[in-house]
Amino acid sequence: MGVKLGVLALQGNVSEHIRGFERALSDIGDENGSVVPVRRPGDLSGLFGLAIPGGESTTISRLIQKNGLFEPLVNFKGGIFATCAGMVLMATRVDDARVKTLGLLDMTVLRNAFGRQKESFEAEIPIKCLDEPYHAYFIRAPVATETGNGVEVLARIDAGIVAVRKGPHMALSFHPELGNDFRLHRVFLKGLGIGE
Amino acid sequence: MKLEELRFGTELLKRGFASMQKGGVIMDVINAKQAAIAEEAGAVAVMALERVPADIRKAGGVARMADPATIVEIMDAVSIPVMGKVRIGHFVEAQVLESLGVDMIDESEVLTPADEQFHIDKTAFKVPFVCGARDLGEALRRIHEGAAMVRTKGEAGTGNVVEAVRHMRNIMGEIRALQGKNPQEIVARARELEAPAEILLETVKMGRLPVVNFSAGGIATPSDAAMMMQMGADGVFVGSGIFLSSEPEKMARAIVEAVNHFDDPKVIAEVSKGLGQPMKGIDVHTLREDEVLQYRGR
Repeated sequence: MGVKLGVLALQGNVSEHIRGFERALSDIGDENGSVVPVRRPGDLSGLFGLAIPGGESTTISRLIQKNGLFEPLVNFKGGIFATCAGMVLMATRVDDARVKTLGLLDMTVLRNAFGRQKESFEAEIPIKCLDEPYHAYFIRAPVATETGNGVEVLARIDAGIVAVRKGPHMALSFHPELGNDFRLHRVFLKGLGIGE
Repeated sequence: MKLEELRFGTELLKRGFASMQKGGVIMDVINAKQAAIAEEAGAVAVMALERVPADIRKAGGVARMADPATIVEIMDAVSIPVMGKVRIGHFVEAQVLESLGVDMIDESEVLTPADEQFHIDKTAFKVPFVCGARDLGEALRRIHEGAAMVRTKGEAGTGNVVEAVRHMRNIMGEIRALQGKNPQEIVARARELEAPAEILLETVKMGRLPVVNFSAGGIATPSDAAMMMQMGADGVFVGSGIFLSSEPEKMARAIVEAVNHFDDPKVIAEVSKGLGQPMKGIDVHTLREDEVLQYRGR
């Protein structure tokens, strides 16, 4: 197969996402697959999918613009696997003018929806595309409040929507790259037509 | 999802929080205005302080936790995480910061130690801790006590990167030297380092510290920051280096970009142009022994 994936490597949990994608590629038997860090527009060429990792959305947003990545990301042809800060960046609307979002998923996102780090938590949550519940880590996590224009809600908890999908894109408010459960990575790859 | 099924303050949540800071710059700030400048420049977090380390040096006397009113003012000013410093071993200052809701506590040698025998038992807290270390033994002892993040100590408030370099080389060099050793040899080395064997075995296997490791203590320019990144730091703390420079906004933005492009000298050259005066700095060799902060808390 030889699928090429990327991880936006401006700031945040980059190495764990590289590990997660490598693991998911090896799980589906793609020994020739590769995962590369993306810092500049040219790094996006030939990628089937891209992870936008957790980190600080204000910082990542600033560096996306500084590095000339805003337009290339908006026009990226592959799928985007966005987690935590990544979910914020995918939205059309966010409760903070300091973050310039890519607007690829029609939804309103609230940053730090649960509060400060002491409100960060882990919990088993049901997710629509998985048979068994998923152990999710929410770290100063955002939630989505409204979705539209074909955005499918995959998981919702009391505070709001925490997982969505549209076409090849997925956005999660928690951290699938932490821990050792890579089922959501495989769901994402399947959405790109890779694996089963 | 029922509330009783949620788990807070677990080891993974603490280390995960630290992980989200990677590739970032954490800046010392003393008021809401500086915090807003730091956030605007692209800081991943701010350290809320009464004074920056260079001014703590000048002031002398006993340096303690900042006024909670200052910390709350800074927490209200920004949306990025806010960290606060407590004295080594002062678990009540830590309880106070946890109750205020700071996102991470720095058990810091920059403040006057409150306990010369014990560090804080950080496993007793839900809030994650970062601790300083000069070598691998110190780093592993702090991780064993529950630190979710390590920062090399350097020599705070000097604007002189030499000690930050020394400490990063100590840690990375020791880990490199242990590659290829068998478990028995590693356990023997753990005894010499006064470090828990299990954590050393894990470290050698991973080829790095098992928690995020930032550089701190003396970083004053974009090149300083990029050098520490090239030496293997996951990110940097900049204390006095930003707000004691002649143009803090420019310096803050430049250091953020230098960390982002740490392996690209052209970018570092570009962002280093016309930054004004960096902080003045101190030759570490001129410090009296009692003025050297890194000796505190080993």
